[in-house]
Amino acid sequence: MIAAIMPSTAVKPALETPLNAIDCDVHPNVPNLRALIPYMEPYWRDSIVDRGIDAIDSASYPPNSPLTARADWRDADKRVATRVEDVQKHVFDGLGADIAILNSLYGVQLVLNEDMARAFTRALNDWVRAEWLDRDPRLRASIILPMHNVEHAVDELERCAGDHRFVQAMMLVGGETPLGRRHYWPIYERLEKLGLPLGVHAGSSYRNPVTSLGWPSYYMEDYTAQAQGFQSQLTSLITEGVFAHCPGLKVVLMESGVTWLPGFMWRLQKFWRGLRFETPWVDRPPMDIVRDNVRLTMQPLDAPDDPEIVARLIDHFNSDDMLLFASDYPHWQFDGAAAMPAGISAALARKIKVDNPLATYPRLRETTA
Amino acid sequence: MARHVVAASSEIAPGDRKLVDAGGRAIVIFNLGGEFFALANRCPHQAGELHKGKLCGLVRSPEPGVYEYTREGEMIRCPWHSWEFDVRTGKSWCDPARIRTRRYDVKVEHGADLVEGPYVAETFKVAIENDYLVIDV
Repeated sequence: MIAAIMPSTAVKPALETPLNAIDCDVHPNVPNLRALIPYMEPYWRDSIVDRGIDAIDSASYPPNSPLTARADWRDADKRVATRVEDVQKHVFDGLGADIAILNSLYGVQLVLNEDMARAFTRALNDWVRAEWLDRDPRLRASIILPMHNVEHAVDELERCAGDHRFVQAMMLVGGETPLGRRHYWPIYERLEKLGLPLGVHAGSSYRNPVTSLGWPSYYMEDYTAQAQGFQSQLTSLITEGVFAHCPGLKVVLMESGVTWLPGFMWRLQKFWRGLRFETPWVDRPPMDIVRDNVRLTMQPLDAPDDPEIVARLIDHFNSDDMLLFASDYPHWQFDGAAAMPAGISAALARKIKVDNPLATYPRLRETTA
Repeated sequence: MARHVVAASSEIAPGDRKLVDAGGRAIVIFNLGGEFFALANRCPHQAGELHKGKLCGLVRSPEPGVYEYTREGEMIRCPWHSWEFDVRTGKSWCDPARIRTRRYDVKVEHGADLVEGPYVAETFKVAIENDYLVIDV
């Protein structure tokens, strides 16, 4: 029996000073599968030992890849982001954030048995709650959803949502079927009712090739192709009518890259004009829908250093509301403390760092008003 | 502005359309159940010729998966990129405030009233006993 997670007494309006920055994409690393065992039901605890399962490492972030962890954020023993102290040191002290949203990328989505996937996902959410959220009041987290079974996903959402330190639900961009498909809608309906955004993060369950063309050979291809996955998922969410069905649902694209969006949306909108009779529920230009319902974490931005070019790229969004501050810690997307690229005005930077996250995540406002 | 007699009304059956010339302007006239409408034969997107397009209904949806198909034959789709235009107004469906093709007034007049008036009938003779389509350009 898995107990529902009850509202935590740790949620207090602890942040009385004006906020400096809300980091919307921080990754706590599960050091190994053994760390989750205390959070599993007895059957699964024993099964892991009996079957000799000792790791579920995803190829999305190979441990020694420079992208997986910035060199100066690794410990001497090469561990990174496995303890609350790491985030305190590098995100709160190092980058000046005063709230961080934890998005675990531990590869529970890889598990093929959906019951086991559910058990591992529950353990992961409980591990994040006990080992992280309970240890620093500045931490918030995403509920990881076991997406291979929609009922399981809704159940896990319900189980965790009582704890308001969970401010979002999260899935990987690479799943089994396009995210707009109607069989997923019970999840979206529930999220909308709860006021929780849906976070879609880079990474894959590897049920499908990470490119639409088949399996690539190299990590470079895999990581680059994530942006293609986001494009297809965003298109699916729009064309299948998720935002017509759940107009209050916010979707946050995380570690998606940013600068591809205006050009891609221009293309989608161009074809919508001629093909919209296929999807009459898409009754306004897709970019208008994106401006209302979609947000992006801002690292990686995918832009040159030239501030003028950055400013022009951002201008193409024709909106100051869409970007959310994020370091993507411990992934290596920038050097030093330069999470906010040059070329973004002070006023817009303020929106990206504080106002937009507060507008996107209603539960953040409960503790920061 | 001149009034141009561009066609005999009997030339365009209900559901049909005809490309005409009015003082050098290419105009397409549609017959919607006996009512005539005239639009510039030029899609405002990239100048596709609207008279070659497909007439269809207006599809709307109150929710995904539900198709409300009304006004059959009252939308013209540009043959090039399928943008839809309302035959009655010339407005595009995708961006009616900004993207529209010019609409002209077209009237049905008796031949008897036309032979005396200051009209231009460039391409055919007006017979007293017939009805004609007249456009102000």
